[in-house]
Amino acid sequence: MRWLPYGPDATLIECSSLEEAGAVRAVVAAAGLPEVTEIVPGARTVLVAVAPGSGGLAEVRSLVEAADLDHPPAGHPREITLDVHYDGADLDEVARTAGLSPAEVVDLHTGAEYTVAFTGFAPGFGYLTGLPEPLRQSRLDSPRTKVPAGSVGLAGEFTGVYPRSSPGGWRLIGHTETVLFDPRADRPALLSPGDKVRFRSLS
Amino acid sequence: MLDPGPSALVQDLGRPGLAHLGVPPSGALDVPALRLANRLVGNPESAAGVEALLGGLRVRAAASCTVAVTGAPVPVLVDGRPMGSHVPLHLRTGQTLALGNPATGLRCYLAVSGGIAVEPELRSRSRDVLSEIGPPPLAAGDVLPVGPPAGVPEGADVLAPPVFPGELSIPVHLGPRDDWFDDAAAQLAGPWTVTPESNRVGLRLDGPALRRSVDRGGAELPSEGILTGAVQVPPSGLPVVFLADHPSTGGYPVLGVVRAKSLAALGQARPGTKLRFRSST
Repeated sequence: MRWLPYGPDATLIECSSLEEAGAVRAVVAAAGLPEVTEIVPGARTVLVAVAPGSGGLAEVRSLVEAADLDHPPAGHPREITLDVHYDGADLDEVARTAGLSPAEVVDLHTGAEYTVAFTGFAPGFGYLTGLPEPLRQSRLDSPRTKVPAGSVGLAGEFTGVYPRSSPGGWRLIGHTETVLFDPRADRPALLSPGDKVRFRSLS
Repeated sequence: MLDPGPSALVQDLGRPGLAHLGVPPSGALDVPALRLANRLVGNPESAAGVEALLGGLRVRAAASCTVAVTGAPVPVLVDGRPMGSHVPLHLRTGQTLALGNPATGLRCYLAVSGGIAVEPELRSRSRDVLSEIGPPPLAAGDVLPVGPPAGVPEGADVLAPPVFPGELSIPVHLGPRDDWFDDAAAQLAGPWTVTPESNRVGLRLDGPALRRSVDRGGAELPSEGILTGAVQVPPSGLPVVFLADHPSTGGYPVLGVVRAKSLAALGQARPGTKLRFRSST
């Protein structure tokens, strides 16, 4: 683990794995330190910002260094099931690349339990880990200029759902009608880091 | 709203603390200017006002109110009569307030006693141009609701409008990814020029492209968190300084972070402004 400076009031904690980064995020989030203003998990990092002048970074550091990262606090993860029509434009290609039938791709994708590792890219876009090995495939060579809202895609070690229409380079295997982000809702983002997600096939 | 000018957005102090949901902090780019405008009209500093880009704004008062214009130095007219900026002004029902073109800088802030009372989203009334959260850009014909006046306009002495220079020297803290570049401090020094592609997401800079160290040449960085003020260097080598509407994560190395105190000046930097970074660790 490395502690990289990020201006006077933040630090980027670089971890050796996605799991370790998830544990660090959980430790800092569970502590609820009042000085902490942002906790931004990434694929291998956690960015922690504190109120300017609060000196809170020292407390964050001693907290993380004392934590048992093999047994991070569970927090209060929600369990979310997303109903998916597996009719994505890249489903057949994903199956071919994996040496499977499209039905087997659906079985693999619905059979796994995923964890929201981090968000980004757009409000409510969660990077979900737990993708079965054969589905870990590269991004499209040429990103689409427009991916419809609700598209379920995968890229690298992640799967996820586009909360709204945007450009994107993930391989699309289906779509969901579920609203992922609503700024007027009590919980604007359906998916928060740490939440557990399953996909269910409607096809 | 009679005429929004080139761009007029409702802004308050934004919605920080939601980066983990992928939501940018947003909020006024020149925070001290919005706070001042609010104090001048008796509002809490956090009330929402209008951030007007390059002047040209024209509004008519549908009710008697106190207003103030701050930020970039700009001619202010009430029913065609020149008045000052950076002072509280009283508008009677039916009077028109118009902004000319700022002499320097980019953004003026219009505060109205009671504050702009559009419906908040995620606890803020700020328009976020990246995520399209918050009230849409203001258009001619819009009627802006105003809240009940909460306080007494601050009896200010004469405030000189700030002048925004054509050259900036910006302190920057190196890290977290300065080790991706040989002699990062010297390369980052510049001089850089602010380009017209700059917006509320970030200032895009032109100048001598930053070279990555040989061993980082083709490397990719897994997505990591971004804060306002981050100086990110994409493969082109031309840095972007992220402003309030920045994405919450990104995959290019952040070479340094600008101090919060300098953000207002960056938010007022016109295309063509020369910029140098002074680095410290």
